Amino acid sequence: MSNRIPISVTVNGKVHEAEVEPRLLLAHFLREDLGLTGTHIGCDTTQCGACTVFVDGQSAKSCTIFAVQADGSDVMTIEGLAPEGALHPMQEGFWEEHGLQCGYCTPGMIMSGVNLLNENPNPTEQEIREGISGNLCRCTGYQHIVNAIQNAAGQTVTGHVGAAAKKG
Amino acid sequence: MLPKLVGARIKRREDPRLIQGRGTYVDDVKLSGMLHLAFKRSDIAHGKILSIDTSAAAAMPGVTAVYTGAQVKEFLGPMPIGTPFPAPAHYSMAVDTVRYGGEPVAVVVAADRYVARDAADAIVVEFETLPAVMDPEAALAGKPAVLHPGFTNMMGQSDTNLALMIPAGTGVDMATMTVDNTAIDDAFAKAEVVISQRMLNHRLAPTAMEARGVVAHYEPGKDEITIWSSTQNPHMVRSNMAALLGMGENKVRVIAPEVGGGFGAKINIYGEDYVAAAISKQLGLPLKWIEDRSEAFVATTHGRDILAYIDIAATKEGKVLGLRAKLIADIGAYEMLLTALVPTLTNGMLSCVYDIPAIRAELYEVFTNKTPTDAYRGAGRPEGIYFVERAMDMLARELDIDPAELRRRNFIQPDQFPFLTQAGNQYDSGNYEPTLDLALKLSDWEGLKRFRNEARAGGRLIGLGLAFYVEICGIGGWEHATVTVERDGRVSATTGTSPHGQGHETTFAQLISGQLGVPMENITIEHGDTAVVRHGTGTFGSRSQVSGGTVMMIAGDKVKDRMAKFAAHMLGAPFEDVGATEEDLLFEDGMISVKGSPGLSKSFQEVAGFAYLGAGNAAAAGMTYPAGMQAGLSEEAFWEPGGATFPFGCHISMVEVDRDTGEMKLLKMFAVDDCGTIVNPLIVDGQIHGGLAQGIGQAMIEEVVYDEDGQLLTGSLMDYAIPRATDFPHFDLDNTVTTSPLTPLGTKGIGEAGTLGSTPCIVNAAVDALSPFGVKHIEMMLRPEKLWKIINGGQA
Repeated sequence: MSNRIPISVTVNGKVHEAEVEPRLLLAHFLREDLGLTGTHIGCDTTQCGACTVFVDGQSAKSCTIFAVQADGSDVMTIEGLAPEGALHPMQEGFWEEHGLQCGYCTPGMIMSGVNLLNENPNPTEQEIREGISGNLCRCTGYQHIVNAIQNAAGQTVTGHVGAAAKKG
Repeated sequence: MLPKLVGARIKRREDPRLIQGRGTYVDDVKLSGMLHLAFKRSDIAHGKILSIDTSAAAAMPGVTAVYTGAQVKEFLGPMPIGTPFPAPAHYSMAVDTVRYGGEPVAVVVAADRYVARDAADAIVVEFETLPAVMDPEAALAGKPAVLHPGFTNMMGQSDTNLALMIPAGTGVDMATMTVDNTAIDDAFAKAEVVISQRMLNHRLAPTAMEARGVVAHYEPGKDEITIWSSTQNPHMVRSNMAALLGMGENKVRVIAPEVGGGFGAKINIYGEDYVAAAISKQLGLPLKWIEDRSEAFVATTHGRDILAYIDIAATKEGKVLGLRAKLIADIGAYEMLLTALVPTLTNGMLSCVYDIPAIRAELYEVFTNKTPTDAYRGAGRPEGIYFVERAMDMLARELDIDPAELRRRNFIQPDQFPFLTQAGNQYDSGNYEPTLDLALKLSDWEGLKRFRNEARAGGRLIGLGLAFYVEICGIGGWEHATVTVERDGRVSATTGTSPHGQGHETTFAQLISGQLGVPMENITIEHGDTAVVRHGTGTFGSRSQVSGGTVMMIAGDKVKDRMAKFAAHMLGAPFEDVGATEEDLLFEDGMISVKGSPGLSKSFQEVAGFAYLGAGNAAAAGMTYPAGMQAGLSEEAFWEPGGATFPFGCHISMVEVDRDTGEMKLLKMFAVDDCGTIVNPLIVDGQIHGGLAQGIGQAMIEEVVYDEDGQLLTGSLMDYAIPRATDFPHFDLDNTVTTSPLTPLGTKGIGEAGTLGSTPCIVNAAVDALSPFGVKHIEMMLRPEKLWKIINGGQA
């Protein structure tokens, strides 16, 4: 029953070798086996995107990939987005624009934001909303996330409204 | 005068760890020797348990133990609830009867979560199916079955599904339990127009992005237990756990780590939490249980689900004379912690912002074979505002009065506050016209009407909706804080609130920074761990800034007073020579100085160091100490407001319905909210956006659906939709400021308010969009199929 398969996965630049059950999800491999708990699990039907990582340069939902499928691949998690002590512009954008509240969807949302700007460095507001439509957030209502991505893209933030806008 | 930094747009101190994926949520907690729990749940809505065969599960490699509900009952009593009304006993796991699909019947303890799940799936349960009670009105008549045959309700009735009946409003005397309907009957008798409408505020699933979870670690040697829980209120978990486990509160430590959203559904202490703690105690081992998303849809409390029959009576000019409401709350199978409380809050909102001379409500809470309901963002208040604002909108349409104008004609006037409504709440302060005017200006209401009329003439189905709301905040009792200035001049503060996205580490630091003149980076705000934060209530009900912020400043003031005494003593003769008193000391920019004599100052750090010497050490160093003062700068406070606070606002939306598909698109959303004084506008905007999203979500996107046998059809995120970024336009916000007289800063609370105005606003817009078809009301959720039917000649 427990046939373990040997895999070799590069995660955040480091090669990891392990023997895993075929059914082990990549998300669980990252979180439990490698202790990289920044990647979160928010659903069981691939809807929410909290588990978004990069696999071979493209964003992917790690809850819908088996660890064995990532054998030989190059995975980047939120922990590997920026060097130790530094922040990626997307992370800076989320901080500056209050793009997070509880923080649970945030690692996946940030990874999707990075993927979006990789493919489309100067998106419209609508393109940003479409680009993150695979990531659910229950706290923010998305407006400040859109602002955060505009900030990261070096654009003028169009969504400054409300009481915060009056403070400049 | 407000402390410096109140009102400042400061980015959050919580963010650095969260944006790097370095926050610790409950599933990130790993203890040596920790085992995992998985629950076997009922797959029918109502039935007797005939047998449970756990033998295959128990025999699996990696399985430590399997327990049935009957076995757990041997060491775990029924769960406590937080309301005083009689309620049927509710065990953590079903003992002989299951009453909702998803109710736990057995639990596995195993080496890892995969093995635990394999074993749970191998448990075989035989049921004798009983009829499923799914319709609340049929349930009221005891059909097709009675869920709790042995239960007698507060009114002395047995053999009933009626949990509770509460009358409220004009002529109701709760003290003598008498009712005099003369005034309300009069109001309806002399009305020139009466509108009656059935309305459902439908059932929702709170769906925080982090589902629930618990880690329980009982240490036999110490007879102490530590519990990590994704909770909104660790201290409530502590007291309830201690009671149910038969342990002293001083032996129970609860830690709320990072919590990935709560929205009211994580106030309750659940069966799974008690079971994990109790089994940890039985086995002397740490245990973890993490909820799957599909589990969450059946196992975490649902929100809303109140059916209303509303009657509104008015003059031809639109002056409301009376409002009647028969409310039927479908509370599901059992009462959880606050289940019975939530619908009672609906009663209290039935005046909204209007001076209505007669209001009469009857609330029926009824059991059905569904997941129990409990608090969900707004918790009873969105329901009440929805019913009133739909009725007002129908009245406006019937009398052909502009919806904004109708509200204006009925507002409670500024000079009437504090205002006791016929629904029973006393509003602290309000000034509704300027807020309405600002919303009309922000949205260009007249311009929107012209646009809609032209578009409608061209065949487009465009609709405009407006809703006004008032909200009750700051309830939930006292809150606690400590403020400690350390000997090096840093500040450590604790709060009994338990933030899960609300940013208290930032906003409370803003308060202390302004109060003590200390930079924010020198202040830590601790929360969530009952070993560090000895007392607290929690974060829910939009109470944290009102109660938590206020008590933080009260504790801060006590520390400030002590520092002033030490500083005055240190300044010595020159201080006395200028005739200064402690009140003349300014705490600014890390210095404590005499107002008007800036040269007369000591650094905050120096004073702190001196305050920790004590008289003996001071004397040894050749210094005197203030007479009668002991060392130390650590103060605590408990505080609750003298009454609830009442923020309010106006929401306006524009929608378009597609003729061919019935799909509705939200084109514009405007919100003008008034929560009194704002401490951090960035955070307030974030709370409003989140509330708008959930309120719009209720109207347009979300709906819990059961089939007639009690199977939950919306059992995963594939079937229960929650809003995505593409569902919303850009929100346009503005605000007015009407302070509360009940809080020193004038704050009122804002966390839930976004849900109150938005839901009726959207439905009002949809009705407006389809008004060419003669429709007067559309029940939520506004499915395309429903709207298409209206367009194509049927009533939905």
